Amino acid sequence: MRLMAEGLSAKRGEDLIFNDISFVLDASEALVVTGPNGSGKSTLLRVLAGLLRPESGHLKLENGPPEIAHPSELSHYLGHRNAMKRELTVAENLSFWRDFMGDSPGGRGATLAEAVEAVGLPDIAHLPFGYLSAGQQRRMAMAKLIVAYRPIWILDEPTAALDAGADRLFADLVKAHLGKGGIVVAATHQPLGLDRMKELHMTGFEHLAGDHWHDA
Amino acid sequence: MMALFFRDLKLSIRAGGGAMIGVLFFMTVVAVIPFGVGPDLNLLSRIGPAILWIGALLASLLGLDRLFQAERDDGSLDLMLMQETPLLFTVFVKCAAHWAATGLPLVIASPLLGLFMNMSEIAIGATMLTLLIGTPAITFIGAVGAAVAVSLPRGGLLVSILVLPLAIPVLIFGVSAVYAVIEDPAPFLPPLMILAAITLFFAVIGPVAAAAALRHASD
Repeated sequence: MRLMAEGLSAKRGEDLIFNDISFVLDASEALVVTGPNGSGKSTLLRVLAGLLRPESGHLKLENGPPEIAHPSELSHYLGHRNAMKRELTVAENLSFWRDFMGDSPGGRGATLAEAVEAVGLPDIAHLPFGYLSAGQQRRMAMAKLIVAYRPIWILDEPTAALDAGADRLFADLVKAHLGKGGIVVAATHQPLGLDRMKELHMTGFEHLAGDHWHDA
Repeated sequence: MMALFFRDLKLSIRAGGGAMIGVLFFMTVVAVIPFGVGPDLNLLSRIGPAILWIGALLASLLGLDRLFQAERDDGSLDLMLMQETPLLFTVFVKCAAHWAATGLPLVIASPLLGLFMNMSEIAIGATMLTLLIGTPAITFIGAVGAAVAVSLPRGGLLVSILVLPLAIPVLIFGVSAVYAVIEDPAPFLPPLMILAAITLFFAVIGPVAAAAALRHASD
């Protein structure tokens, strides 16, 4: 599987946020998006997730399942908000997302017990999501990534509110996903310690011509 | 899809869900009418069906604005937009769950409130039947308003105003079907059939329009 972006640009209102971004990601490759606040990282990720229409350019998937209309159907998106209901228990939230999303072809989601084990919080799945601390909520939102299988992960500041231990745990999750042939696009400042990692440095509106990317 | 249905049902009966708010509002509105109108039993039984229908219409508009806004606030809407499942099925199921949680209790509460209004058994039965057929239409129409106003904070009143003109035909045919039962010469079946047709029509149009609005509201 290969994810290709060609000449992407996006606007918010009248303002051009970024211009002409292209990259190619093969299976088991990660793209780390860095840049100062307001440089368009979140906007780029929302474009990749199909939640914003790009002003120009397009996104392509090669060697993927044929019936897919947009790569977003094969993607997990973890944004700033956790997409979990405070009133429901963690287990109810996770099992809802597992049933609702289903697995993409070519993989199988983890069971609930495995997922909460993987994020290191096996004992609190029976609590309402609203009772959890911000860091625990973020970890449970990550458990959502593995209960339903998606080959592409799009992660926006995934490690906000996490302590050092959870940072490592998250890096392990990403590594395991890449090891199974997945693709990860993440906006993060945390070093993930990956072998095959590309970096896209976004410089924001004033330096549009200066955007570049290179193999790390 | 059943997972979504049961999750929305669960959410609506948990704290802050608001399934009971609509019924309480319905009861409040109808219960104060006899005090305002006075103890004229004939008048009450004559206006009863209309009052029940107006109360049910306003009560079903009450919780509609949160239908998609709650999903948007916590980011769930983003994930729903991304799925392979067509968005309009998701919207349809959410509407069905919303109706089951807020519309169905209104139908069930209506006989009790019919007694308040000194309505005959047959009038109560007819009101229940028309509410059962008509209230889903209000939910489907309301879903469009809720989707249009999804990104507006305090869009609640706006949703009601957007939706009300479209919901007026539901009210007219609902009430006229009930009156047809009470007053002999008027035929009962035609208004009931039109009411059913309105519900079926909006069950198709509503989710399509709401899905389109949600797609364009995403930013």
